[in-house]
Amino acid sequence: MTPTKPRRDKTAGRPPALLIVLGCLGLSLFVVPFVGLLGRVPWSELSGLLTSDVVSDALRLSVVASLAATAISMLLGVPLAWLLAKTDFPGRSVVRGVVTLPLVLPPVVGGAALLFALGRRGLLGEPIGELTGLVLPFSTWGVVVATTFVAMPFTIITVEGALRNMDTRFEGAAATLGASRWTVLRRVTLPMIGPSLLSGLVLTWARAFGEFGATITFAGNLQGRTQTLPLAVFVGLESERDTAVAISLVMVAVSLAVLITLRDRWWNSA
Amino acid sequence: MELGVTEGLDIRATLRRNDAFRLDIAASIPAGRTVALLGPNGAGKSTAVAAIAGLLPIDVGQIALHGTVLDDPRSDVFMPAEQRKIGVVFQDYLLFTHLSVLENVAFGLRSRRVAREEANERSRMWLERLGLKGLDRRRPGDLSGGQAQRVALARALVTEPDLLLLDEPLSALDVTTRADLRLTLGEHLAAFDGPRLLITHDPNEAFLLADEVHIIEEGEITQSGTPDEIRLRPRTPYAADLAGSNFIVAEARGGVVTADDHVLHVADPVSDGPVVITIHPTAVSIHTRQPDGSPRNTWATTVDRVERLGSRVRLRTGAPLPLTVEVTELARAALDLDKGSHVWVAIKATEIEVQVGETRDGVAR
Amino acid sequence: MRSEHILIVTITSHHEIEDSGFVWIRSALSTAVLLVVAACGNSNGVGVETELLVSAAASLTNAFAEIEAAFEEANPEVDVILNLGGSSSLREQILEGAPVDVFASANTSNMDQVVEAGEVGSNPEIFARNVLQIVVPSGNPAGVTGLADLARSELLIGLCAEQVPCGDFARRALANAGVTPAIDTNEPDARALLTKIEAGELDAGITYLTDVASTEGGVDGIDIPEDEKVLAEYPIVLLAGASSPDVASLFVEFVVSEQGQAILADHGFASP
Repeated sequence: MTPTKPRRDKTAGRPPALLIVLGCLGLSLFVVPFVGLLGRVPWSELSGLLTSDVVSDALRLSVVASLAATAISMLLGVPLAWLLAKTDFPGRSVVRGVVTLPLVLPPVVGGAALLFALGRRGLLGEPIGELTGLVLPFSTWGVVVATTFVAMPFTIITVEGALRNMDTRFEGAAATLGASRWTVLRRVTLPMIGPSLLSGLVLTWARAFGEFGATITFAGNLQGRTQTLPLAVFVGLESERDTAVAISLVMVAVSLAVLITLRDRWWNSA
Repeated sequence: MELGVTEGLDIRATLRRNDAFRLDIAASIPAGRTVALLGPNGAGKSTAVAAIAGLLPIDVGQIALHGTVLDDPRSDVFMPAEQRKIGVVFQDYLLFTHLSVLENVAFGLRSRRVAREEANERSRMWLERLGLKGLDRRRPGDLSGGQAQRVALARALVTEPDLLLLDEPLSALDVTTRADLRLTLGEHLAAFDGPRLLITHDPNEAFLLADEVHIIEEGEITQSGTPDEIRLRPRTPYAADLAGSNFIVAEARGGVVTADDHVLHVADPVSDGPVVITIHPTAVSIHTRQPDGSPRNTWATTVDRVERLGSRVRLRTGAPLPLTVEVTELARAALDLDKGSHVWVAIKATEIEVQVGETRDGVAR
Repeated sequence: MRSEHILIVTITSHHEIEDSGFVWIRSALSTAVLLVVAACGNSNGVGVETELLVSAAASLTNAFAEIEAAFEEANPEVDVILNLGGSSSLREQILEGAPVDVFASANTSNMDQVVEAGEVGSNPEIFARNVLQIVVPSGNPAGVTGLADLARSELLIGLCAEQVPCGDFARRALANAGVTPAIDTNEPDARALLTKIEAGELDAGITYLTDVASTEGGVDGIDIPEDEKVLAEYPIVLLAGASSPDVASLFVEFVVSEQGQAILADHGFASP
């Protein structure tokens, strides 16, 4: 007995041909470079390359820095987003503009700005350095600062948008049930924007993981201390092409794994 | 209107929402009574709910519950919503979709720092009382309209509030469920000791569930009374519509009432001045020939519109004075009444309700 | 009409590179861009100008700008387009098929790779040498006196990345002196290193004397003693794929000529 196609398919119909063509063209823009990358992978030496200390150091730094940046973004970004969405204070649009700036600026410019502010001779960096001896540039913490700087706007923007779009009547309902403002935030507001918050954090992590310009400008480049995966690729390209390709493969694999695991949840955020 | 009741809700409030809308109401709801605030959409009902619940401050006036002042702008007193012990059942219920039914119901208790075990105990008890046993773990999204409504009610009642506030509790339901739940709701309202305020646009809900009805139109209360009083003596076109009555603006002079140049004979003496006439549709009789009997008010007219409502029929007659008339289908058929039929109407003077007073925007005062 | 110098900044200036990897893809793209530029340039209309695409190491920026001006003055029908960048990036572009006419590298190893690939049209010749210097912020706040100071861990020391010529030479000099540097960062190119030293964010580094000179007092240079010194050798060559080999050859000759050498000396380069 041959299985018949469900009748439902008849009514769905094929999408318009033009859409398919354009869609495939768009897809190829993404697929072709990856195919090119795969074509250059030195498969036989791959395991050796991947276990080299250059790669393992860079991977460790990238993972640590990107996760730290994501954590800080959540800790500081969510409250800031809440203030922007729920309170009306003077200069709110200016604040929102400033917070969005790292998205617009070239990351290198961001790194330079960080240097001017937090560098050894920086506006804040100099007094902080003299008082506490803390020097951020050329340190792992510097990497965290640089990646947080460029990635946190993703959290803020996503969360602010979600807070604005949520139905605020639920917060009112919670209040009539006796919930304090903190309880409302904890048990109603945040859970309701949960999906959006998650996708915001994933975007933040992704941006932090791939960050290059601000990192190399502010934190410098030293294996084991500040050389994250993107920096290792960049430096490796000059002479050790195979290492660079191997690292690129690692980055693509890690990123794809994270993004695919989230699957539809990415788009189903309310 | 003075504030008197110390047991119950007293509200005297003026609230300007925006340039276009202003709420200006006063009402007292004693404990153990159900009061309905009945009005069309946009009348200000939700604003009133928000003000009483503490989600919106009033501009002028005072809200007090059991003698405790909740909102008094003049003395700068404003008790925020979370401190008022008011149980609210919202239109659309607003059940928290990320929490289970039990967690929803227990929410108020948990927010007030009741231990989880006790909160769950009490919540389950209420769920059972409302016929929702076994639905603990369900999500609000999986509930039927009727179930959701009862969960919302349980959620409001479990905190043992001082006032029960219901905002259009049945309007989200389909007609059949609505009729069923109206009964359940009525029972639970009666079982609640404190004052109960029911906000609705549905006259059936108001007339069947409430002891007292306040009609609210455009931010103001235009008539208050028992359901019967309003039905029999509506004072505004809207109220008359609810009651299904005819509402006519007229002028009395020398004991004679004239409406649109047509004289109406009324039973009781009436002093000169503007008056409002209401005639119930069932008080008008239809004849195919000029009647010869006691009714003092008869005239010839034509049937403009026929509306069949099952065993009853509503007719609209035309000049000289348009009226809505209600007859049985049998009568209509027997007289062969249809659009365009020439008929005579007859109204007894005793059936004509006269209310003295100037009308402003159609409201008799 | 003279077309502007085109600096293919996204490829060659490391400051602007924003995301990781795939430079060979970008090399291909830059090759494409260069092809378009070359094609467009030739369809200028009024008077057929010969375009000469010269890929030169970043450290030659200022010197070659002057050489370009002088050469164009002497040969008005030629339009020199300078493509500046790290020698290894330039090498990559050539190997990927960029339509470069002349290649001036900051070290011989990059040039050797180009020769091995059979891309050259003549024998490379050394046209300049560059001396390394220890570079410190203006005023030398850390009190650096010699290569040995670069082993002090309390200082923030920067070098060019090992894969870049200036980094390679710096490490050779340090090895010669028997110093193990306490490196805090490997900057992708000499410019980046210089910028950070000038800003005072690094205490010391090693780069070319020409770079020090180009900051015009922004940084101080400390000479490296003779026995530890390493000289960078800059070869220049006409490429096999040059569209106008005669003009390209003229350019190479100009660079090694007295006039060209004088310009290079002005900018701090040592004679070959």
